[in-house]
Amino acid sequence: MVAKHTRTGLVVLVMFTVITGVIYPVMVTAVAQLTFSHEANGSIIIRDGTAVGSALIGQPFDSPGYFWSRPSATAPFPYNAAASGGSNLSSMNPALVERVHHAVARIRSADTTMHQPVPVDLVTASGSGLDPHISPDAARVQVPRIAREHGISSGLLYALVDHHTERPLFGFFGAPRVNVLLLNLDLDGLRQTGGTR
Amino acid sequence: MMTRYATALRDALRKMDPRQMIRNPVMFVVEIGSAVTTILWVQALTGAGEAPAWFIGAIAFWLWITVVFANVSEAIAEGRGKAQAAALRRSRECVKARRLTGTTPGAGHEDVLAGDLHAGDVVLVASGDLIPADGEVVEGIASVDESAITGESAPVIRESGGDRSAVTGGTRVLSDQLVVRITSEPGGGFLDRMIALIEGAKRQKTPNEIALNILLAAFTIIFLVVCVTLLPFSVFSVHAAGQGTPITVSVLVALLVCLIPTTIGGLLSAIGIAGMDRMIRHNVIATSGRAIEAAGDVDVLLLDKTGTITLGNRMATEFSPAPGVTPERLAEAAHISSMADETPEGRSVAVLAKERYGLRGRGLHEASMHFIPFSAQTRMSGVDIAQEGSAGVRQIRKGASDAVKAFVQSAGGSMPAAVERTIQDISRQGATPLVVAENAEILGVIQLKDIVKGGIKERFARLRSMGIRTIMITGDNPLTAAAIAAEAGVDDFLAEARPEDKLQLIREHQREGKLVAMTGDGTNDAPALAQADVAVAMNTGTQSAREASNMIDLDSNPTKLMEIVEIGKQLLMTRGALTTFSIANDVAKYFAIIPAAFATTYPALGMLNIMGLGSPASAILSAVIFNALIIVALIPLALKGIRYAPMSAATLLRRHLLIYGVGGLIAPFIGIKAIDLLLTSFGLG
Amino acid sequence: MTIAGAVQLTAFLLVLLATVRPLGRYMARVYGGERTFLHPLIGPIERLMHRFAGIRPDDEFGWKENAIAMLIFNALGFIVVYVLQRTQGMLPFDPGRFPGVPPDLAFNTAVSFVSNTNWQAYGGETTMSHLTQMLGLTVQNFVSAATGMAVLVLFIRGIARHSAHTLGSFWVDLIRSVLYILLPLSVILSLGLVSQGVVQTFDGTRTIPFLDRVVDAGGADVPSQAIAVGPVASQIAIKQLGTNGGGFFNTNAAHPFENPTPVSNSLELLAILLIPAALCYTFGVMVGDTREGWAILAAMLVIFIPFVVLTAGAEQAGVPSYTGGGVGMQASPGQPGGNMEGKEVRFGIMQSALWATATTAASNGSVNAMHDSFTPMGGFVTLVMMQLGEVVFGGVGSGLYGMLVFVIVAVFVAGLLVGRTPEYLGHKIEPYDMKMASLLILIMPLLVLGGTALGVALEAGRSSITNPGPHGFSQVLYAFTSTGNNNGSAFAGLAANTPFYNVAGGIAMLVSRYWLAIPALALAGSLAAKKRIPASEGTLPTHTALFVSWLVAIVLIVGALNFIPALALGPLVEHLLL
Repeated sequence: MVAKHTRTGLVVLVMFTVITGVIYPVMVTAVAQLTFSHEANGSIIIRDGTAVGSALIGQPFDSPGYFWSRPSATAPFPYNAAASGGSNLSSMNPALVERVHHAVARIRSADTTMHQPVPVDLVTASGSGLDPHISPDAARVQVPRIAREHGISSGLLYALVDHHTERPLFGFFGAPRVNVLLLNLDLDGLRQTGGTR
Repeated sequence: MMTRYATALRDALRKMDPRQMIRNPVMFVVEIGSAVTTILWVQALTGAGEAPAWFIGAIAFWLWITVVFANVSEAIAEGRGKAQAAALRRSRECVKARRLTGTTPGAGHEDVLAGDLHAGDVVLVASGDLIPADGEVVEGIASVDESAITGESAPVIRESGGDRSAVTGGTRVLSDQLVVRITSEPGGGFLDRMIALIEGAKRQKTPNEIALNILLAAFTIIFLVVCVTLLPFSVFSVHAAGQGTPITVSVLVALLVCLIPTTIGGLLSAIGIAGMDRMIRHNVIATSGRAIEAAGDVDVLLLDKTGTITLGNRMATEFSPAPGVTPERLAEAAHISSMADETPEGRSVAVLAKERYGLRGRGLHEASMHFIPFSAQTRMSGVDIAQEGSAGVRQIRKGASDAVKAFVQSAGGSMPAAVERTIQDISRQGATPLVVAENAEILGVIQLKDIVKGGIKERFARLRSMGIRTIMITGDNPLTAAAIAAEAGVDDFLAEARPEDKLQLIREHQREGKLVAMTGDGTNDAPALAQADVAVAMNTGTQSAREASNMIDLDSNPTKLMEIVEIGKQLLMTRGALTTFSIANDVAKYFAIIPAAFATTYPALGMLNIMGLGSPASAILSAVIFNALIIVALIPLALKGIRYAPMSAATLLRRHLLIYGVGGLIAPFIGIKAIDLLLTSFGLG
Repeated sequence: MTIAGAVQLTAFLLVLLATVRPLGRYMARVYGGERTFLHPLIGPIERLMHRFAGIRPDDEFGWKENAIAMLIFNALGFIVVYVLQRTQGMLPFDPGRFPGVPPDLAFNTAVSFVSNTNWQAYGGETTMSHLTQMLGLTVQNFVSAATGMAVLVLFIRGIARHSAHTLGSFWVDLIRSVLYILLPLSVILSLGLVSQGVVQTFDGTRTIPFLDRVVDAGGADVPSQAIAVGPVASQIAIKQLGTNGGGFFNTNAAHPFENPTPVSNSLELLAILLIPAALCYTFGVMVGDTREGWAILAAMLVIFIPFVVLTAGAEQAGVPSYTGGGVGMQASPGQPGGNMEGKEVRFGIMQSALWATATTAASNGSVNAMHDSFTPMGGFVTLVMMQLGEVVFGGVGSGLYGMLVFVIVAVFVAGLLVGRTPEYLGHKIEPYDMKMASLLILIMPLLVLGGTALGVALEAGRSSITNPGPHGFSQVLYAFTSTGNNNGSAFAGLAANTPFYNVAGGIAMLVSRYWLAIPALALAGSLAAKKRIPASEGTLPTHTALFVSWLVAIVLIVGALNFIPALALGPLVEHLLL
């Protein structure tokens, strides 16, 4: 009985290895490459013929002149897309509370005129460490600083944020968000055109 | 009364022997816990305890009490039967028997002790003697006092041949004498088995009890793991919180005992014994607990019509004369023909004739009458009367219509069409037509009717709502059977039933997966009784019927089957209710013990102390004391059983979940709080 | 919970419920050997497999032979995955040039994937070659799920049959599960996911310069970002559908390439519960009364929904200790608010909370947010969902047979309460059945509590803890709760890639999977052999609201009572200290 089933098991395993381990991914890859080539290869953003990033993978921004992205817990540097990771700090962990307070302090010191509460997403690390988004509020609180930094009118910047705001699907699926890399790329564009867009 | 409890307590203490306790895994764990805490207490007395000695001592004391209470419940349940068994045993000590050395009464005999009799021995039992062992009457007729086993003081008749030939060892012959062939080996007699059953010595766990025990054992193991692992958890937590002391072993044991299902574990065997005991009090001896349980599951009841559904005897209710015959003439002929008929039916004809027409046995000379008894061949009875002064003989016959018809035809007469119609009408109504003829002339028809017992229809409706179908078994023709079935409200009937038809019917139902119960008394019932899942033999029945069945009804009351079913259901329900109650209790106990156990490590857990218990020590003690006391509080319920009211399964479930599930959630909150208030008021804790 | 959150939950549940009947009926047809619309396409492949493997489609075995076949097949799978990992450095198709995996980790991972747990002690993109991911892990994603489904189908036949000595053939049901159910659904889902941006390529990594200046922990400039890609969509599809949960990347479905948009998130979320929910209906069809299936699904939802609400509420409420620092945690149209540590902005609170509850309810274990960083109550829910024994949806197949064991226990006690020897769907519940059911219920708390005790008692276990206070305890508890229930999610802060956790966790996964599957099959064999007890007025109906409530109570009481002390020392006290 054991011998018979072992033989059967071996054959079944080999055949499934071929079907689900080779044919299936190869077939899906082929179809994906044909139909959704951009998405299947990482949604790479091409500007002037060169890849400047992925629309789905966040990049760290903490220069005063850019919209900052969320803190990232990847090692050894933030937004390491070869080794994703979250902080895994518990709510009660003093290290987390301290890190949050520190992040808030940095934001406030970069813009001393800012008095409203800092949106929580801007001072917390994402699960992947690669979150490409911040909330629209988190983008808007940064507008005065960036406007001052580049001498661009806040109105234009608010409009830019609005332009990049993705709303939840049907108004409730997911959360409102702004892609920081795309926003900053457009911000760069705006600066080059001297604020007239 | 006091001695009964004293005996129970003594028995309870004897049951503390771990070798006995291990049969009940839940209580065995409690006993081990008691021993462990006692050792810890002794250690604390010497000054090196993990907690104050009074606290550990109090826990140890109440754990021992928990074990004792559980054993007391079992001992009380057993106690009742024991007293009965002792009386039985006394009654048959040193019985002498006269063993016949030959096969005839005159063959001479030798005196032997009852205990030396073997199956096949033949003994002579004279009036005033105790019957030495179970047996079959081979010769004689006697009145026998069976009160020792039935409690019924009226003597019963035992005679050779027929359905009343079985005698039971330990009963006393009051008049005449019997020759009895012994059918049981020493110690294997009915009374022996009864004693053993009552004492619970042979009590085996029933399948359902085993299944429940497995579940309870699983819970026990799980909670054991919960408590054992709590120690390292607690040590770690003390380290993580940087304060407090780890949970003590005594508190862990207390928690364990509170969590494992001690309520049901402690009362489980008492419930089973009490079920047996309830049967005995209904004068039913069950040969196994399994049979009682099966009774609760019965799907189909086979009931003999006669005696169970109807009053037992058909009664004459109407005279329907043939055209041209006066009712008086019919009544007179019927009366005369029934004069020698001592059967209840025959008597009822005479009674009806007397009541309706004032007839008496007037002016007839017995000498001139020649009575012809009923026989299975002729299916008629009657009388031939030699007429004074004439050569003619009045031949009066009454009997089954076709038999009488043949009789009339042989004399050159015929059956009038109107009478044929009457016969059919009567049959259709479920009654029996008895045709009366004189020589070649049909005089008319006597209607014999079965009288359905009062209230029986309602009982069947109740059974139906319990999911039990009733099937009436009768020797009547289908027409008659259908009418009675309709009147009595049974679900189905088996007409013109022969013993092998019964057997066949039982097998059919069993093939469909149904459990069948039946009652029987005659030897010809034995195969069907043996086949039925629940077979109740009448105590008046034959030995073979009694041996084929798994219950014996000492009252020989066929409707007892319904009570037996209810007792079976009660037994299961009581188990289920206490299991549910026991597990539901755990919620409150957690609320009492968890905050208390970790009070020093995580004072924040005090939020869970929603009962507001006085102190950690009083909280833990209260839970343990409640856990012990609830066993005592529920002993009456375990012994009496949950009241059974016939209703659908869903309604029953809802009701019992509310009472024992929700009740089990709430009760300990109240109980533990009350005990805590008491403890605190005494300054404990 | 916000209104949008409530709408989202409702919409999700409605869509899920809408799939139950069509998919459930389809699966019943497949397992019943009836023709479906896929037969013209897949029938030839199925026949080919039968021919090569020497399987006769009408061969049927008793429970023991099926159990042996299942064990043999899983043992073979274990060997393959183990050997692949150990030797991947010498094998082709390794663009990341990863060396062979150390023995303890390879053991852990092999057990993990064979047992449908998919606990990942490793980071996917930094440890496994494409070859290992495809030939080892992806294949096991299919066949471990199919094993669970095949065992379930054998189990259901045990309930559906009477006076029978066989349950069917493990091989036939295994092959059907993969070819007719998992594979077609995976193809559809993977293409749907690619359309949302999930990558599907055989390339290794792409390096792209950073826009802003980036420095690493040591202060050195980091000029560019190496973006790991791979054949992701095909693996994600099956890991969600098969309640596997093992991601391609370290951060699983939180990684934008595994789960880029709310749409992909909803699809993957649906995929977690899709088959477990529909199998309830399949069960109903196979036992001849779909009400029985709906009743079980109802019981699952009755437990599931309040826990989702609890998690969402706790996460939305946020972390009080931040507020002092001037952090805004109020949800508004412009921001998700709440506890966003470890969560992705695109999912916000509701999709993270819903996912966390679903992935722990079903024994999926994939995560789109870091459970370790959840609030204590959120973490509490994830623990409880697993500690109920993975029977609220549970693993594909294994969840339902686990739930059916609870049904049998519920029937047993309820049967006593109505004064009748308990019976379920015409089977009398006898001591042997209770023995098997007890074994099934017993082993999980034993593994979880025993493992946790070992973890907190040994230095080898304690040294992996990364969060202070009661949360450190929760981390260890979570690890053994997850492995002891074949879930696979983690409080990922725990440094789990150590010999202690690799071996102890591996044993927990091994025992919890097979210790449950074998008694379940034995129980099925015993049920099948019984004569049918016809239902009567005295029979307790098992499809009513009353019975469903009772079942829920049994699941909660049997599950929760065992873990209350442990939970009190972990998330509960942490919540009270918050």
